Amino acid sequence: MRANCWMGTKKLEVHTVPDPQILNPRDAIVRITCTAICGSDLHLYNGWIPTMRRGDVLGHEFMGEVVEVGSAVKNLRRGDRVVVPFPIACGHCNLCEKELYSLCENSNPNAWMAEKLWGYSPSGLFGYSHMLGGYPGGQAEYVRVPFADVGPIKVPDNLKDEQVLFLSDIFPTGYMAAENCNIQPGDVIAVWGAGPVGQFAIKSAFLLGAERVIAIDRFPYRLDFARRSGAEVLNYEEVDIYEELRELTGGRGPDSCIDAVGMEAHGPAIQYAYDKVKTNLMLETDRPIAVRQAILSCRNGGTVSLAGVYGGFVDKFPLGAVVNRALTIKSGQTHVHRYLRPLMQRIEKGDIDPSFVITHRLKLSDAPEGYEMFLHKTDECMKVVMTP
Amino acid sequence: MSKKKVWNPGRQDDSAESRKRLLMAIGAVAGAAAAGIWATQRFSRSEQAGWLRARVSRDIHVRKTYTINRQPDAVYGFWRKLENLPQFMKHLESVELIGERRSRWRAKGPAGFKVEWEAELIDDRPNERIAWRSLEGSTVPNRGSVRFDPAPGSRGTELRVELFYEVPGGRAAQLVGKLFGEEPEQQIDEDLRRLKQILETGEISVAAADRRREAAQPAESLQYDFARTGGKA
Repeated sequence: MRANCWMGTKKLEVHTVPDPQILNPRDAIVRITCTAICGSDLHLYNGWIPTMRRGDVLGHEFMGEVVEVGSAVKNLRRGDRVVVPFPIACGHCNLCEKELYSLCENSNPNAWMAEKLWGYSPSGLFGYSHMLGGYPGGQAEYVRVPFADVGPIKVPDNLKDEQVLFLSDIFPTGYMAAENCNIQPGDVIAVWGAGPVGQFAIKSAFLLGAERVIAIDRFPYRLDFARRSGAEVLNYEEVDIYEELRELTGGRGPDSCIDAVGMEAHGPAIQYAYDKVKTNLMLETDRPIAVRQAILSCRNGGTVSLAGVYGGFVDKFPLGAVVNRALTIKSGQTHVHRYLRPLMQRIEKGDIDPSFVITHRLKLSDAPEGYEMFLHKTDECMKVVMTP
Repeated sequence: MSKKKVWNPGRQDDSAESRKRLLMAIGAVAGAAAAGIWATQRFSRSEQAGWLRARVSRDIHVRKTYTINRQPDAVYGFWRKLENLPQFMKHLESVELIGERRSRWRAKGPAGFKVEWEAELIDDRPNERIAWRSLEGSTVPNRGSVRFDPAPGSRGTELRVELFYEVPGGRAAQLVGKLFGEEPEQQIDEDLRRLKQILETGEISVAAADRRREAAQPAESLQYDFARTGGKA
């Protein structure tokens, strides 16, 4: 089959690789009909996530048609249309039973690697480094889905691929980020990053009852997207974010702040220079500019919700603000499984049509160009979907 | 790393700013280390342990504990059927019962090296504890025990395993020492992780067909040096 392979930092090639096979009784093989490039794929592309190997198949946002199931998969059949959550979860360990699916204790065969970096290992993920399992991803013609009796959700015939594809990651990710804010009537939510996850965080915050949402980015076209969802917008290259947020919230600060940026943040010159130097010297692994600002801007007793990916160690983390101002930090890779059904219902009811973020439709063979375009935000790129 | 960024050095490049940036960079160097040191310690701890073992003794003594989301009777039942052990213990080829309390263990090592010994149960308390030791005259004197304690909060069983392999010397013994690879603790950790996977999910997690072998040889993959690369692939 053809697959988009990571061949090194900033180097992708679409290659012919062996077709996946059923390896365990609870596996399924899915023929991909639609797959997307995620902002977190750019961290892999840019070489920020350790334990990638030449030839790794990328992609963790995908859906398709079941073509084969293992002997223990009773809920799926050949021909079923399914969306597959990006974390791999067994459904039976203690943390799966608590619906903390992205922390599944059994799905990462390389858990020992993650333990060395983080103390304990989270679940395995599709196409996201060997430290997180080394599972081939879904930017391919076919994918093997472990624990297929737990993860994939069947798609009703009346919904198109593009309407449900993002249940695999960014819709639940934006939704969980908003849910983690424990939104109360009258709440004002600020969202750093108006990329795809930020867009879903904005929509989700409104769905969950936020009074106002303020989106922060530097690309006017992305801020326009946010505005169309009903958000107020701030361009951090034009205004001082802390001051402006204070002004917009009667001096209180936003009730909750969502970081939908993650480890490769950009920011005002000095801070960006500082983190860039530190990461270049390998004294810091992530650039935590957005989260620092979110913490300093949040109102006393508020919540900072992290949806962006961080990988290692950050510097100049304003812990004093967190403690003295009683902030709550909520985080985690998305427990996608628990959001599949309720969010599918939202889509069916017409509360939201997730396809609004799609700006580019490519063939899988054009994946390398898609990454470049998404990385550099050329042609007002918001979200790239690909078909094999 | 991406180079096309908004920061434009020319934009605020007066001398005060330059000095400030330089100071920050120096500060960054001086402050290096917390993360680096922590990571380095974590990564080298097992290597150091291996080094010490190599100098002082090649005996292998490992303690490991895992919580398994099954009741103690199920976990005990699986372990008590000693023939099951090779399903998750990588160095074992087979365990065969040769009497009420006696069993024959066959292990495989590097380069096709094989060794076998007989063992006897010395403690068997249903759903609580099993202990065994090799019979006298074994090439590889060894003993082990496993406890099955109920985990608090209905979380199944806290499994506590202790293994002791004596490696007295000589060529055969050296090969025996290699049964567990360079990182015996890690290998036994992987063994118990597989046991947990079997008991909780009914299968052993594997990423891809060509990695079944790799999954069984974690030490080989230590080529990933997080501390050195600072998070860069």
